[in-house]
Amino acid sequence: MTACRLPLVLAHGSAAFLAAGSLALTLWRGLEEPAVALAFGLLVAAGELSRWSGSDEREPAPLGAAGALSYALLGQNAGQPTHHGVPQVVTVVLAAALVGCVPHVARGRGSTADHLTRRLLTVAFAAVCFQPVYHRGESHAWDGPASALLVVTLLVLTALCDAVLAAALAHSRTRWPFGPLLCDELRGRLGIGSAVCATGAVMSPAVAVVGLWALPVFSLPLVLTQLSYRRYAAVRTTYRQTIASLARATEIAGYTPAGHARRVATLSRAVGRDLGLTEPELTVLEYAALMHDIGQLSLVDPVPAGATSTLPAEEQRRIALLGGAVVRQTGVEAEVAVVVERQADPYREQPVSARIVRAVNAYEEMVREEAGPGGPLSALERLRLACARDFEPEVVESLARVLQRDGLTLPAVG
Amino acid sequence: MGPVRPWARVYVGCAVLGALLCVSPVPDVRAPMWVVALLAALYALCEQVPRFRHGGRRPPEGMGTFFPVLLAGAFLLPPPAAALVPLPGALLARVAQRPRWLRRSWQAAQLGLAVCAASRVHWALGGRDAVVGPRFPYALVPAGAAVVAFCLVLTALDMGIRALAEGVPVRWGRSLLERSREFGGAWCGLFLRSLGPITVHGLAGLMMAVLWRSPYGPVAALLVLLPMYVSCWVFAQYHRERAAHQATIRALVQAVDIKDGYTRGHSERVGQASMMIARELGMDDDRVEVLRFAGILHDVGKLGVPTRLLRKDGPLTPHERRIIELHPEYGHEMVRGIGFLGEARSAILHHHERLDGSGYPYGLTGPQIPEFARVVAVADAFDAMTSTRSYRRARPVAAALEELERCAGSQFDPAMVRALIGALDRHGWHPAVTSDEVRGNVPPPALPSAGRPTVQPHGGGRT
Repeated sequence: MTACRLPLVLAHGSAAFLAAGSLALTLWRGLEEPAVALAFGLLVAAGELSRWSGSDEREPAPLGAAGALSYALLGQNAGQPTHHGVPQVVTVVLAAALVGCVPHVARGRGSTADHLTRRLLTVAFAAVCFQPVYHRGESHAWDGPASALLVVTLLVLTALCDAVLAAALAHSRTRWPFGPLLCDELRGRLGIGSAVCATGAVMSPAVAVVGLWALPVFSLPLVLTQLSYRRYAAVRTTYRQTIASLARATEIAGYTPAGHARRVATLSRAVGRDLGLTEPELTVLEYAALMHDIGQLSLVDPVPAGATSTLPAEEQRRIALLGGAVVRQTGVEAEVAVVVERQADPYREQPVSARIVRAVNAYEEMVREEAGPGGPLSALERLRLACARDFEPEVVESLARVLQRDGLTLPAVG
Repeated sequence: MGPVRPWARVYVGCAVLGALLCVSPVPDVRAPMWVVALLAALYALCEQVPRFRHGGRRPPEGMGTFFPVLLAGAFLLPPPAAALVPLPGALLARVAQRPRWLRRSWQAAQLGLAVCAASRVHWALGGRDAVVGPRFPYALVPAGAAVVAFCLVLTALDMGIRALAEGVPVRWGRSLLERSREFGGAWCGLFLRSLGPITVHGLAGLMMAVLWRSPYGPVAALLVLLPMYVSCWVFAQYHRERAAHQATIRALVQAVDIKDGYTRGHSERVGQASMMIARELGMDDDRVEVLRFAGILHDVGKLGVPTRLLRKDGPLTPHERRIIELHPEYGHEMVRGIGFLGEARSAILHHHERLDGSGYPYGLTGPQIPEFARVVAVADAFDAMTSTRSYRRARPVAAALEELERCAGSQFDPAMVRALIGALDRHGWHPAVTSDEVRGNVPPPALPSAGRPTVQPHGGGRT
């Protein structure tokens, strides 16, 4: 337990230490170029205010991130060299981010501590790499395209650091495997992360050439990107809800017991995560698990208690194929339909998502059959005995791990 | 679209001629040709990018034309040279509809003319010095004027080809003034809708131009494109996901229609009638949209009723009737988790309530019944009477309205009945949608987002 929390404590501790140190140094030395500091501070604060909590987005405040990074990488203002050092960068970003966090903390949403830690550490990293290198050569050693390239390289490095940091924090909070988390984080950088990097990389040269006028002009595309992302996320949420209610159709029609699809989906997602599936694969898995029983809508007579895992193999496969046909009509990705179709095949012929859905579905039905304290254990035992053909041993073991971690309780009925 | 009309060909020919005239002084102009070549190559590349796959997924459709590159060209180069920038990209673009070369040359000519106009305006206002200076905030003035010119030319050319190619019906009986007013209204709408997105693209183009001329050079300028590209990409993703969502709702409705046998297309038509009533009542667009979904999904609970009962010929026993009357509650239970449906959920639960309290499931009376439910009840009854069912023929619209008026007050809300009659008077009843039709319940296209210009070159084949 302690070993798991170590990265978390370490990150928070070093961020707090950094913040306190920078604040003290800046107070002692006084603020260089207060106008520039104020402009960037306002930008970061505005970005943080528009932060978007309550979603699983990688970069909830792209404008804040871009503003903070470009301040860290600023060497000139309208042709005049700037003199703010690393402590001042950290202090300005800290103050702005704290101001921007107030409404979020007041509403009690989002994990503000993690967010602040990441922001401070990445900004400090970028500033430590850039400011000494840029200001060491007295004259214009770093003018021109070389400077732009230096900024881009540093931003890529910073993004990598941030991804590692985010994955480490998520790992120590959730105890999901580190590798897939890091992969997900890195993949997430390609989307809005690259837009943030590019904006940060453009903003500091632009301020160097144009002056502070560049800030509002250059933030606009990023604001648009953020808006597009929100709409995208909103429609994705709606879509997920619609799939869930389509899945409830079988329950309302009396083919399957209430909450079955939801429980299978939640448990499948946990197993998939334990096995190290990536985020897009997990989405496919979740949709497939939600709709795995939808083929029963085409049946004339309901299967008793909706328990398909006890039917003859041929019948199971027929229902699976019917379900695949329905799923294909619903416009979700074809991979979901494939998983639904193949859920009744022997595991060696299945894709890994279908193996998970099959094992979890069987487990759920067995536990329901024999209610009582021994239910989960004996269900797992029965799954292990059928590992020769129907269920993959690795998936069953992963299921056992997940159940053990969550105290052998089924997820609450949604 | 059918074959291209001869007048449209002549029009395209004129545009091409105009573009050639714009470009013709190039040999006499002192312009850095490497900048022209680089920008043109960049634009062509941006046009091709949507063809590649993104992360193993299908390439998003309609990524939008990359105007920042063109506008940066207009800010950096003298007009004839700037007009050269869009040509290779437009001529190499992918075009879905035939005749391909006509469409490509139309697109090239249209963009060439627009860029030339923008560049001329920018040049005349002294934008070039403001960019090289750079003199901010003055540089925003010529850039803004250039964006307006660009947008004006694009819209004007677009309206022209629309009128000629699609053959706006010319009825000589109507006064010329009326027609020109109508045309002007459409023109203004198109112009204003495209101005916003193009302004954003113009700002990006201005940044590109300023950075290009700065000591940092073209490398930094290229970075400006990345956020724009990501924005377009996300926007395309949004549309993809939205289409998938529509398809899912359609599948839900189709499942009901198939189960219920005689009600083929009923849900779609109730959605349409509900929408007409909502418009007549002056609801705002968001509520109209939600009400349309309420109409479409009102019977979704029938999925929970045994098919045997739904298709039974002859009278139902009281027990069977009670089972069928559970469907509003089943439907509400199904859609209760879908957040965006909002008020529509209560409409699904209460669409069989009657004003006098004799309806089900709760026997609500008068104002206790939610407004949306009162609308859907009228729309449902109207379509049930005017469509053919297995056990009787369809009634004419007039007879159905008479029946609705007779029951207004006891069963239906008189205000809703009046609204339906008013809407039908004005627009007529054209239940053209069938549940097979692909566009069945796809809502009208989204408002243009600022992430993507909406003025699509008409011959571009992207629409």
